[in-house]
Amino acid sequence: MLSLLNTPLKKTIVLIVGILLLALSMLASVLFGLNQFSLAMLTDAYQHFQGTNEQLIIRDTRVPRALIGAIVGGSLAISGALMQALTKNPLASPSLFGINAGAVLFIAIAISLFGAQVSFVQLIWIAFLGAAVTSAIVYIMGSAGGDGMNPLKITISGAAVAAFASSVTSGIMLVDGKSLEQLLYWLVGSVQGRSIDHFLMILPYAAIGWIVSMFIGGSVNILAMGDEVATGLGQRIGWIKAVIAILIVILAGSAVAIAGPISFVCIIIPHTVRYVVGNNYKWILPYCAVYGGILLILADIVSRFVLMPKEVPVGVATALIGVPFFIFIARRRKYE
Amino acid sequence: MNNYQSKRTFVTIVVLSLVLLCSTLLSLSLGSMKIPPMQVMRAVLHINPDPAYEVVVQNLRLPRIVIAILVGASLAIAGAILQGVVRNPLASPDLIGVTGGASVAAVGFITLTAGQFSIQWLPFVAMFGAFIAAGLNYVLAWKNGVTPLRLILIGIAIASAMSALTSFLLLTGPIYLASQALGWITGSIYGTSWTHVLAFLPWVVIFIPLALFYAKNINVQQLGDATAIGLGSRIQKDRLILIAISVILSGAAVGVAGGIGFIGLMAPHLARRLVGPIYGRLLPVSALFGALLLVLADFAARTIFDPLDIPAGIFTAAIGGPFFLYILYRKKKV
Repeated sequence: MLSLLNTPLKKTIVLIVGILLLALSMLASVLFGLNQFSLAMLTDAYQHFQGTNEQLIIRDTRVPRALIGAIVGGSLAISGALMQALTKNPLASPSLFGINAGAVLFIAIAISLFGAQVSFVQLIWIAFLGAAVTSAIVYIMGSAGGDGMNPLKITISGAAVAAFASSVTSGIMLVDGKSLEQLLYWLVGSVQGRSIDHFLMILPYAAIGWIVSMFIGGSVNILAMGDEVATGLGQRIGWIKAVIAILIVILAGSAVAIAGPISFVCIIIPHTVRYVVGNNYKWILPYCAVYGGILLILADIVSRFVLMPKEVPVGVATALIGVPFFIFIARRRKYE
Repeated sequence: MNNYQSKRTFVTIVVLSLVLLCSTLLSLSLGSMKIPPMQVMRAVLHINPDPAYEVVVQNLRLPRIVIAILVGASLAIAGAILQGVVRNPLASPDLIGVTGGASVAAVGFITLTAGQFSIQWLPFVAMFGAFIAAGLNYVLAWKNGVTPLRLILIGIAIASAMSALTSFLLLTGPIYLASQALGWITGSIYGTSWTHVLAFLPWVVIFIPLALFYAKNINVQQLGDATAIGLGSRIQKDRLILIAISVILSGAAVGVAGGIGFIGLMAPHLARRLVGPIYGRLLPVSALFGALLLVLADFAARTIFDPLDIPAGIFTAAIGGPFFLYILYRKKKV
């Protein structure tokens, strides 16, 4: 199999290096930005907490931001890899499937109907629901018709559903001016301004998603061989597909719920990882979890420095990195 | 058979034109000020009208409805052409970057210049953005020719980049401008004047007839690349010309009216149901359907939440989304 790392030993080493890099980038994310901190200040903030401004910034904004960046990046990359395996479309991703737009639409409806009464926890559930409904619609639409699912059909369906969801969202925002400001927060992906409580709320869902994905690699491998082979090998295809679909919704849904639509992490990372470790999902999924987090945290750090003192939302940064990558993949593949 | 088909097309065109005329009259007479239909006729035709009615009809409602008709027709034809070129009935002009490019240009114009220049320039700026994005899409999708799938995939990538830029501009600008810009993105023909009509008219007058003239080449494109080349079609050249017509019509429409979605998807479908897939018949009927849909959507947008004038694009999306599902449901059954 063509890949850069060809023995389990090398793959394990690079994975461990990845985990160290992830820890380092999280540390960098806590220390660097408009206010620079030293390592001693970070340890002080937790061991000798005195409530100074610096310590508050570290505890209330920087640390949650790094944690959220890691978890959102990892979840998005895993869900992208799973989605690409499920649809056999190398360009599949939650954003192309309209999942982000659907989650945002449901959040918009909830906010405009109930205003401040909805709590953050409820919004997470609503975002999940939006993600589940839109992905189901796109999947059904994309596999409708005689010739089954093909990349063009599913891409166009996703784009149409996303267009529909986002026009209704902006309609709601225009009719109900109050929700506009609150919703702009979800319209552009960002990991800024979330607290540690938000992180703790999505942690259980993301953790379940991560743990299951670490064990499902073997089944995904069999699925990737094609439905007939998998059935021949005695796999219950329906079940595997259902579990993968639920995983995608949990991971992408919780990522959108906390960070808004962050695109292209789910395309860049799985493709790069496949190039490095080959087509074995037992390796791909853990790699995605680690390197997805690294990419998002680094993008977040860079986006702090571009327009200092203003911040570019990290969703904008990943889109601008991701688009050339996407175009490269779309051009490289031979279609028809 | 052929005779029957042409007769059917003729009847469809006549009926649709009458329905369009009636909805135009209805839309002219209803609104926050109710005007009796006879007075509307007088105001339009300048036969000793009531001055108060004349102002409302001539300066406010009529240009808006004329724009709705022209924009609706252009979007429908652009959609029909693109569906033929891409060989997929679900394609629409927003997919090749037109709307995204126009949005970035328009939102940039609104938020960055903050009222330094007259708002009259907005349509031109947006049109320019649409053409640039579509051109970029075509160039990037080119690799020994352009295939439909690559065009759509790269279009989606460009649309994502554009929407990231748009959101960024929205967030960096002040919030009151964000609301104005958002209204534009959703697509609204609120406050159009005769200047807009004049700016838009040349595109329609030149490119809709051109589209009709070129219609036979779409029929060939639909057969697939290999067959089309076998029939002696210069497929890449025709494809470029057809895409260019589609981009120009939809880009100009988006420039004037903002991102009104789904008309380019719905109108050709309705037309195909009635007169079949031959493009010489399909295009005029699509244009009429497009015009009718947008006139009705704008009428609804103007009156339902009166006195609030919400963007017509919300209504086209609200009808268009479910319609899209219906198309897919039907396709599944066939």
